[in-house]
Amino acid sequence: MSDSAITDDKSRRDFLIISTSVVGAVGTALAAWPLVDSMNPAADTLALSTTEVDLAPIKEGQSITVVWRGKPVFVRYRTAAEIKTANDAKLEDLPDPQADKDRVKKAQWLIMVGVCTHLGCIPLGQKANDPKGEFGGWFCPCHGSHYDTSGRIRKGPAPENLFVPEYKYLSDTKVQIG
Amino acid sequence: MSKFFENPVIKWVEYRLPIFSFIDESVGSGYPTPKNLNYWWNFGSLAGLVLVIMIATGIVLAMNYTAHVDYAFESVERIMRDVNYGWLVRYIHVNGGSMFFILVYIHMFRGLYYGSFKEPRELLWIIGVFILLAMMATAFMGYVLPWGQMSFWGATVITNLFSAIPLIGDSIVTWLWGGFSVDNPTLNRFYAFHYLLPFVIFALVFIHLWALHVHKSSNPLGIDIQGPQDTIPFHPYFTIKDLFGMGVFMLIFMYFVFFAPNFFGEPDNYIKANPLVTPPHIVPEWYFLPFYAILRAVPDIWFISAKLGGVIAMFGSILILLLLPWLDRSKVRSSQFRPINRQLFWVFFVDCLILGWVGANSPDAVFHGVPFLWIGRVTTAYYFAHILLIIPLVSILERTKPLPESISAAVTANAKSGAGE
Amino acid sequence: MKKINAIASILAVALIFGSAVSSATASEGAKPHAQDWSFNGIFGTFDRGALQRGYQVYSEVCAACHALRLLSYRNLTAIGLSPDQVKKIAAEFEVTDGPNDEGEMFQRPARPSDRFVSPFANENAARASNNGALPPDLSLMTKARKGGADYLHGLLTGYKEEPPAGVKLPEGMNYNLYFPGNQIAMAPPLADDAVKYADGTKATLDQVSSDVTTFLAWAAEPELEERKRLGIKVMLFLLVLTGMLYALKVSIWKDQH
Repeated sequence: MSDSAITDDKSRRDFLIISTSVVGAVGTALAAWPLVDSMNPAADTLALSTTEVDLAPIKEGQSITVVWRGKPVFVRYRTAAEIKTANDAKLEDLPDPQADKDRVKKAQWLIMVGVCTHLGCIPLGQKANDPKGEFGGWFCPCHGSHYDTSGRIRKGPAPENLFVPEYKYLSDTKVQIG
Repeated sequence: MSKFFENPVIKWVEYRLPIFSFIDESVGSGYPTPKNLNYWWNFGSLAGLVLVIMIATGIVLAMNYTAHVDYAFESVERIMRDVNYGWLVRYIHVNGGSMFFILVYIHMFRGLYYGSFKEPRELLWIIGVFILLAMMATAFMGYVLPWGQMSFWGATVITNLFSAIPLIGDSIVTWLWGGFSVDNPTLNRFYAFHYLLPFVIFALVFIHLWALHVHKSSNPLGIDIQGPQDTIPFHPYFTIKDLFGMGVFMLIFMYFVFFAPNFFGEPDNYIKANPLVTPPHIVPEWYFLPFYAILRAVPDIWFISAKLGGVIAMFGSILILLLLPWLDRSKVRSSQFRPINRQLFWVFFVDCLILGWVGANSPDAVFHGVPFLWIGRVTTAYYFAHILLIIPLVSILERTKPLPESISAAVTANAKSGAGE
Repeated sequence: MKKINAIASILAVALIFGSAVSSATASEGAKPHAQDWSFNGIFGTFDRGALQRGYQVYSEVCAACHALRLLSYRNLTAIGLSPDQVKKIAAEFEVTDGPNDEGEMFQRPARPSDRFVSPFANENAARASNNGALPPDLSLMTKARKGGADYLHGLLTGYKEEPPAGVKLPEGMNYNLYFPGNQIAMAPPLADDAVKYADGTKATLDQVSSDVTTFLAWAAEPELEERKRLGIKVMLFLLVLTGMLYALKVSIWKDQH
């Protein structure tokens, strides 16, 4: 065998090693995908994503907690005073500026996910005798985040306002969340 | 390779944990391997691949499975219908079980043909038999988990085997069940063991490989490695050969997964378990069929009832494999040089296939006028006779062919003549 | 020699396995004829028209007795119905939900995310309405019977008005060629014009049987189309990879041969 034939052989083999390794690595990565994707929400979980709430029994100044996608959703019938404080807050004072009117569809009904945006605890403030924080809304006991009467973060480590889910009024007293 | 070991980072790690040289000496260029291994030597690595696939898919299935008699069947169907790629993961796991047994059975028949179990690899073989036993336990308990009709009745029949034990049998069965029939406690403990045992298998495989690396692979000629001229490094020669084998195997495996996923299964297992109705034909999964045939073949013998005798014969048929290294007295390993043993090996192989066929049929059924019960009895008798009588006798009486001088000499002669066995 | 032995023994075994086995117990029904299903073969897909007609047959005929409890209404989008059509279908059924704030269970129209509503509340109710026989759930029927779709089609078309001479049927039983044991409690469920198809397909017994079988095959294996499609890609990929591995194997082993 001549020298050039040997080098030809060697370069052919090197090319085969690299290309086969690449194809094999891509195949292994693709094969891992079904295993990873199986941990995402399943079709039945995704289908169960709406909850209906009856507003009729809730009195002014009262809150209820309903479950949506396994998380608590706060539904509060706000008093006129609470709506006023919420509207009076200056946007430049807010860590996560958002107007109250962008957080509600009807001013008296505040609907939001009751999960602190810091590390996922459930803030206090739903019951009449709960601590409501310095801004009269909600107070997260885990790391001391204060939310106002619009559920916006005002003080403490939480970076964002309480999340407002998608919802729609099915009638004046019925809301569908999700 | 030496360049790799001069790298300062590698050197730093090596000094503290010699993992790279360990890998190199196990499956790298530092592991000398007989140069004449044929493709029958691929099946060990293939079984290892399937073990990894089974554990990976099994863990994902466990994330979605509910071990409760009211929900198990539905949770499996939820995996099939709603979980992303759940059908794929489950079908890989289900067919992987069958593939695992095919590979391991071929691996064992290879050992039998080429005398791989002989001195000094007796422990290697014995550990292998324990791996088979652990696989059987794992497969049996895994089959119960979907809680279909075959799951339930298979579990009932197999656990009832233990009632054959005199005096304490019934207490053992109640203890196995955790109740008075196969029920929720049984399902839960089977699930726990089904999750545990694969890791036991993994540990056994590690010891199996450890034993393998002491005296290295056997080879088709069955003669010892005499020096470096008889070997080639494992890497790259056998890494690429094993990888190519894996490619071919995956093609077959994936064909079943995607195009015939229920080929090895029983339709009855898609009916939810019903403790009040037994399906007309209970059959175990195919890989247990020969043993099932042995179980049913034994009649009442003297004071031993057919029930107890069947159970002893079934477990005995595996346990006698442990004695094989001492039953076979021949100094020559490979059947290539043992003409009579080679013929009888194929007789034994066919005997095992017939046992499997008998296990799939009802003992009352008749084949060309011969009841299956009798076919099962004859083949069972031959199974034991082959291992306990024929192998020892042949190994003493047989006149073996002359062995080649060395592996390298045989390989060179083969290359010259252009003929290959 | 060894190879000849191996081949001979495998052939012998194949011959044994291949030949017929006469069973002492004559519990098996006749072997159903293989049908040319749209979902057969590695490229098979479900015929959408047959699926929708089959759903019509199921809901107008079978659903009176047979549940389909592993399916949800939302699954029907896969047979080509629009989300709005599915919502309408679901709303025709009532499901029990609750408890509400007063602690009481209440009825509400079904939603697409709900499971198919079963015709009977439980097994006992089903048996009571069917002379003691239990109409099986159909969710997995084609996977849960030997012969699969062919068997189901055979069963639906295999009724005989008169049993063969010498066979006496007990009260309330019907003679079916393909049912194991030939005696089936279910009266012939389908006949010519059992339903009226909106798409103008002539509703012969064979047609309605094929349609509902196709629908039930989908119900048992809704992943079939995705499975076969992905399977072809995986096989092609593995062929390429294995080919490359073989080329590399030859190249690496060159100096040894």
